[in-house]
Amino acid sequence: MNRLNIELNIADPDAFYEKLIDAHNGLTEEQSHFLNAKLVLLLANHLGDAQILQEALALARAGIGEASDAAEQAR
Amino acid sequence: MQTDYQKMQFAYERAADHDATITALYPVVVIGAGPVGLSAAIDLAQQGIRTILVDNDDTLSSGSRAICFAKRTLEIFDRLGCGQEMLEKGVSWNVGKVFLQDELIYTFNLLPETGHARPAFINLQQYYVEGYLAERAMQTRHLQMRWKSTVTGVMQHDAYVELQVETPDGVYPLRAQYVIAADGARSALRNAMGLDSRGRTFKDRFLIADVKMKAPFPTERWFWFDPPFHRNQSVLLHRQPDNVWRIDFQLGWDADPVAEKQPEKVIPRVKALLGEDVEFELEWVSVYTFSCLRMDSFRHGRVLFAGDSAHGVSPFGARGANSGVQDADNLAWKLRMVLNGDAPAALLDTYASEREYAADENILNSTRATDFITPKSTVSRIFRDAALKLAKDCPFARRIVNSGRLSVPAVLSESPLNTPDDAADHFSGAMVPGAVCTDAPVKVEGRDDWFLNQSGGEFAGVYFCGPGDNIAQCTERLAELAKLAVPVRCLLVVPRGAAVSAVAGAIVVEDVEGMVTSRFDAQPATFYLLRPDQHICARRRGFDAAWVSAALNRAICLG
Repeated sequence: MNRLNIELNIADPDAFYEKLIDAHNGLTEEQSHFLNAKLVLLLANHLGDAQILQEALALARAGIGEASDAAEQAR
Repeated sequence: MQTDYQKMQFAYERAADHDATITALYPVVVIGAGPVGLSAAIDLAQQGIRTILVDNDDTLSSGSRAICFAKRTLEIFDRLGCGQEMLEKGVSWNVGKVFLQDELIYTFNLLPETGHARPAFINLQQYYVEGYLAERAMQTRHLQMRWKSTVTGVMQHDAYVELQVETPDGVYPLRAQYVIAADGARSALRNAMGLDSRGRTFKDRFLIADVKMKAPFPTERWFWFDPPFHRNQSVLLHRQPDNVWRIDFQLGWDADPVAEKQPEKVIPRVKALLGEDVEFELEWVSVYTFSCLRMDSFRHGRVLFAGDSAHGVSPFGARGANSGVQDADNLAWKLRMVLNGDAPAALLDTYASEREYAADENILNSTRATDFITPKSTVSRIFRDAALKLAKDCPFARRIVNSGRLSVPAVLSESPLNTPDDAADHFSGAMVPGAVCTDAPVKVEGRDDWFLNQSGGEFAGVYFCGPGDNIAQCTERLAELAKLAVPVRCLLVVPRGAAVSAVAGAIVVEDVEGMVTSRFDAQPATFYLLRPDQHICARRRGFDAAWVSAALNRAICLG
């Protein structure tokens, strides 16, 4: 089974991170959200593997909105 | 002179049951003369089951309503004897286009291959579909239609159901061994039995404007996201017969459903799309919201729910009427076998389980399309717009864009009626057990014909002969099929140009273009068993009478 790679896989992480931030230069918050959404779709399609995508979604979501989740379940 | 089916009135006749001293017992009563009830009643009567069809009105659908009838539905109408009229009157289409603002972002073809009798879709006003079915029903033996007959009460007994039917002449009791409730989304029978259909209602409103005009648009389904003439909402355009065009405008939840129906509100919306100078007439206007719902179970004892009474979907995908007609297709043969004592009543449970599965699939597809068209949150809207923007240049994103996943028949791969493949047989292709049999061009007795026309109504055994096979010898081997629990029609598929001589006890089908063989992934001696509704229930490399017998018994819940 394919697993999400959480070890370093980018040759020059500092350069990538800089490019990621620079890609948003001069954009409004709304435009930045739009860019991010396009980026997620492009990268997700490139990965393709449903298992890996599911794992990435779960890991990205982990620890966010837990309090409201609990409230939701309690209702 | 063309019949105006919207104005057609059917004659009410006083039923003899009003005056009977002993309440008669009918095999089947169908409630509701819409596309689903009419299809079920014709199908049953055609199979020799005496059927009463009751309807609370004496007219057909007013307004075009369901307009997209799918290939599978047309194939079923063919079997019911009225597919050709539908096709000739309807507008055939295979191609859809999706626009973002004023730009075409992609084009799809729902039937990219040739070799099928019927197109992916026809557009045809619901009143025509009901009109052709009603005319067919009136010519069908064993079928009695009772108009202005409203079911006001229902009581289930061990051996029958008793309905109370109210007519202009008062109330009479009507007893049936089985009742099919095809009485629509607000099913009175469902309510009378204290049952409900549950699910999700969507917070959006849509305007349907049917306009009559001479327009230059091609016969394609056009869907716009955020067009310049209707900002921030979607619009759907379909062509219907008689120069009528269906335009669906998304209005949003806050729109006033009464005000939006007024011509002074509708006409500017239409003009914004067509241009100021185009002349048109408004034919029909409706504002609707929708829900995705279904009943927990489609079978309640001797009452079987079919069509909108059992399940409801959003209109994107044309999965309402189409799935309802497939309910009827699935139910009629099972009911006939149970009534004739050929199969146990448990077979009716598989109507429920198979069509509940299909309903879930339709609801899933319809819900996903609705969530794409009507995003529920800011972030959902952002992803939707991102997918649309990417779609122009990136092929993958076109497949994410969802303007409706159009109706295709469910593959009943989990059905208990299927015999699983033997892994050693290595079949490939789409024709798995549970799938609807494909169509293909063939020759029968020297005439051009279609494969699907050779099956349906009863079980069929399809045997593929090799190039050098002696057809008489093949037929002899298949003679075992005549000894099975229920009749199995014998179809012999022979290669193009094979010496074809008519044989007793089998239909010889010449595979003129090799498409039957390739679509079935067949080799010489490959055998398929088709159900009366043309779904595949078993297949094997090589004919074995004992295996066929077991597969057939399994397909009718025997043993």
